[in-house]
Order: sequence, then C-alpha cells, then structure tokens
Amino acid sequence: MSRIEPMRASTDLLVVGAGPAGIAAATQAAELGLAVEIVDDSIMPGGQVYRTAPPGLPARDSSPDSRKGDTLRRALAGTGARFRGATRIWFAAPGFTVAGVGPQGPITWSPRAILAASGTTERVIPVPGVTLPGVVGLAGATILLKTHQALPGARTVVAGAGPLLIAVAAGIIKSGGSVAAIVDLASRGDWLSRLPAMLNRTDLLRQGMDWLRLIRRARVPYYRRHGVRRVIGEDAVTAVEIAPVGADGAMRADSAGRRIDCDALAIGHGLVPATELTRLLGAAHDYDQTAGGWIPRLGADQQTSVEGLFAAGDGTGISGADAAVLAGRLAALAAARHLGRLSEAALEQRARPIRRDLARARRFGAAMGALMALRNGLAAQITPETIVCRCEDITRAEIDEAAASGVRTLNQLKSAIRCGMGPCQGRMCGDAAATLIASASRTDRSAVGQWTARAPIRPVQLADMVGEYDYDDIPKPPPAPA
Amino acid sequence: MKRIEGAARPTTVHIKVDGQTVAAFEGECLAVALAAAGHRHLRDSPHRGTPRGAFCMMGVCQECLVTCDDVKVTSCSTPVRDGMRISLGRAP
Repeated sequence: MSRIEPMRASTDLLVVGAGPAGIAAATQAAELGLAVEIVDDSIMPGGQVYRTAPPGLPARDSSPDSRKGDTLRRALAGTGARFRGATRIWFAAPGFTVAGVGPQGPITWSPRAILAASGTTERVIPVPGVTLPGVVGLAGATILLKTHQALPGARTVVAGAGPLLIAVAAGIIKSGGSVAAIVDLASRGDWLSRLPAMLNRTDLLRQGMDWLRLIRRARVPYYRRHGVRRVIGEDAVTAVEIAPVGADGAMRADSAGRRIDCDALAIGHGLVPATELTRLLGAAHDYDQTAGGWIPRLGADQQTSVEGLFAAGDGTGISGADAAVLAGRLAALAAARHLGRLSEAALEQRARPIRRDLARARRFGAAMGALMALRNGLAAQITPETIVCRCEDITRAEIDEAAASGVRTLNQLKSAIRCGMGPCQGRMCGDAAATLIASASRTDRSAVGQWTARAPIRPVQLADMVGEYDYDDIPKPPPAPA
Repeated sequence: MKRIEGAARPTTVHIKVDGQTVAAFEGECLAVALAAAGHRHLRDSPHRGTPRGAFCMMGVCQECLVTCDDVKVTSCSTPVRDGMRISLGRAP
C-alpha cells in the first residue's frame, strides 16, 4: 500500500465550526474576497441551534429556527467559501498549522488567520444513576428531535435549567411523544426577572409563549424550583426521584422526594463554551461564571490575545444565535483588516453598526445565558458514590480524597487520579470536578484553572493522524557494508 | 430513544448487531437504529462495568462508542449504511 499524504489546503482564513457565528463569518470574509474554508464535525452547516436533517433524510417542518438556518446556509453557499463537513480538527499550532480528518482522509491547512467558532458543550452536573442508558443531555434531545426524527423515549422527564427545557418539552409533544414532567431549577420569578431583556425580542418571546401553551394543553406537570435527586433503573432508566431545591440548586437532604416513572430523562444544566482550540493555540482566557465558564479574552472586534486568531459565538460566552451571527461578521471584518483586505477606516465604517446591534442582541442572549449559568449548590450536593468522570468511572469521593491530599488544580487532579483523562478529554466532568476542587480547597474556580489542551483535541484514529503506510514505505538507510 | 411515528423514512437496509440482522433506515443515526432494535445499553464502562448508552448525541462524550466494521465509532454521529457490522461493548 502506498502512503497517503495528507491533503494540503491553502487558505487565508480557516473558520472552525459552522454554527451561526462560523457561517456568518465565513460568508462575510468570502464576500470581502478572502479565500475561506469552514469546517465542522457535522455533515451539514448549521451548528446545534440551526441543525438540519442530513442529505437524503427528509427535513422536518419549517419553524422560525429552520428558516433562519436555511437563510444562513443559502448565504454561505452563495459565496466562494468552501465548506468541509464531517471534518474534525485535532491539531493546531501557532503560525498556523492545523490538522483535521475529513471523509477523504487527513487534511492540513496553513491558514494566515483562524476564526474559532466552536460553540459549546452541555453541562450536566451528575446525580446518582445519570450514567444509565436512557439519560440524554437536553441539547442531545434537541438533536434527536431536529436531526434524527427521534424522541428520547416513550415517556420522558425533562429536567435542568434554561430555555432548552421548554424547547425540548414542546418539541417532544409536537412530535407526538409524551413528557412525564418538566423539572426546572428556576422559579417563576427567575424567569420573570429576565423579562425586561426579552421584551425587545418579541419574536423569541412569542415562540416561548407558544411552547408553554403547548405544554399546558398537554397537561404536563411542571415542577419549578425542583431538581433530580437520582435516576432509578438497572440497565436503563425506569424512574427519577425529584425534590425541591433552593435558589442555588441545592436540595435539602431531608426533603421528601417524589418518584416519577419514565423510560427517558433529558437533563441539562446549561452550556459551557468550548475553548479547546483557543487554549491549544495559547490564547489568554478568563473565568466568567455567568458567561458559562472559561472564555477567551477578546478585543473590541473579537481578536484573541494571539495574533491572527479570532473567536466568535457562544464559545466566547453564552449569548445566543443572533449575537453569534453579528459577532461572526465582526470577527470576519477584523480578520480581513488583519490580512490587509480592509483599511482601518473601512473596518470602522462597517463595524460600527454591527457593534451596536451586537450589544443589543447580547442583552437578550445573556439574560437567557444567566438562566443556564452554573448554580453553586448543584455540585456541592453530589453524593460521594456518584460517578463524576464518566470515562474513567471516578466518583465524587475519589475527587474529594485527591483534594484532601493536596490537589489544587484540574491538571493536578488529572495527573493524580486520571479524572478527565478519558476519551471525552474532560469535557463532560470538567465543570463539576473544578467546582468540587474549588470548594474543597476554598478557592475560586479561576484558581483551579482549565485542563491543558493537548492534541489530539478530538479523538481520531491513529491511521488518520499518520496516514496509511506499510513497512516498504518507511525510509531505511542502506545496511552497513559487511 | 424512539423513532417519531409518521415521520418520512428513506430506504430500509439491514445491519448486523452482534451477529443478529436488524432492519434500519439508510442514513439514519446509528444510535437511533440500535435503540429501535432494543439496544440502548451499548457498552459497559471500563472500570466499574456500569451500563452506558448514547448521552450527549453530539460526538463529545464517547459513551455511545460501538465497533463498526472493526473501527470504533460514536454511534450518535454515524449514519446507517447497508451491511454494517456492529459489535456492542457489553459484557456477555
């Protein structure tokens, strides 16, 4: 077999992530005449919020979200930007060199600028039994509904925090499924306090009201200021136990629980910015709990601390799809300025109205984001036997023991007990583990730090990293003379 | 996981799951096809052996790993193709 050399792609701007921020950025940059490539894990552009059915599967009914997504996709398709789907970035080095794997095999890029639009992953603070089959993330449930034409189960409990709760519950009902209960950490007052920020987005407010009407009509029990205490089942979920919580998400140990029979649980406690690319490239980050966690430190037009590296969208702090589109555009303008395609005056002229609209869009997005911010009481009440790190089967008790023996940072925790070292690379447990260490060592989250990002930042096959070759392809020096 | 009733589906194909032939739809999410065939429990965790299944649905958590034609794949992000051979990572 002959060696497969990685495909080399030369481009001015490489956009990583094809959600609203990435699509808007790639479209804008291509319109300014830059050579642009945009890559995403998914087969189709759209990201999580504007996900669509893969080619060949019939698309679902039109909705405000699907129409917005289609508009963005059409605009992107109308430019010279090249979209590479089903492509996973696993390596990046300053300078820049970026490596990924796509359907045709390995690809390396040497882009002059990079725009990280990596979006988020979902935070699920563990409870006993949350690893049982039948439990999915709330964001996962939206993917099941939007892309896969599937329900989480025949009878689903929808639990956690934020607007995804009602979006998922309404989506299940609309698709003919059954919602056993909605279990919301927030009170009615928590939602109402966000109302002023929502009032300038009557379209989204109306959508929310429609969802709530649907939920009421289906007579779904709605438990406010409640959380899931444990998930019950042997090989899969058969019930959940819920109990009242305080404003910080903590349950009183002695409060009576209520058992709800179900065959699926969709649970999520908010979104966490995905920063592995900006971390790997050495950009400065700050911890901001209301923004969702660690976020890259940005200049006025989305520049990170690394020259030529820009970032936009929820990966820079949770503020929603509309803000992501504007931030993506702004980042593209700044990248075009960096690459000498725009003058300072032209940048200023184009950026000014976008900056203004962005500030407005962020008000709404940040209000929704705040509903999803980490509640301190949630991690505090994880029981000792609960598995926190799914990959390595590490319990709260083991993390506490490590903290008691002197572990003070996430990276030390990883070295000490392998927490975060498994194939998800700490994406699922990092938030809970960091909170546990911070509280055990009485410091704040920023002192606990983030995991150091290391390539491969996503799991890839070894053959995809090195290419395929056999013994004859290896260069060998001639044997020494006898 | 459960397929939404009445949603239009493309062509029916067949895959093998631990040697058993299972009907599925071309291009649909492998995790959904496996669940529809009664396999929500896809693997056991490596240290404690607790049952695991598809969780994040976006290729991040790696809980839905199965072996597909001798390569480990996340079943949540793998489309079904005719003739796939799947083995689950469950203790017998």
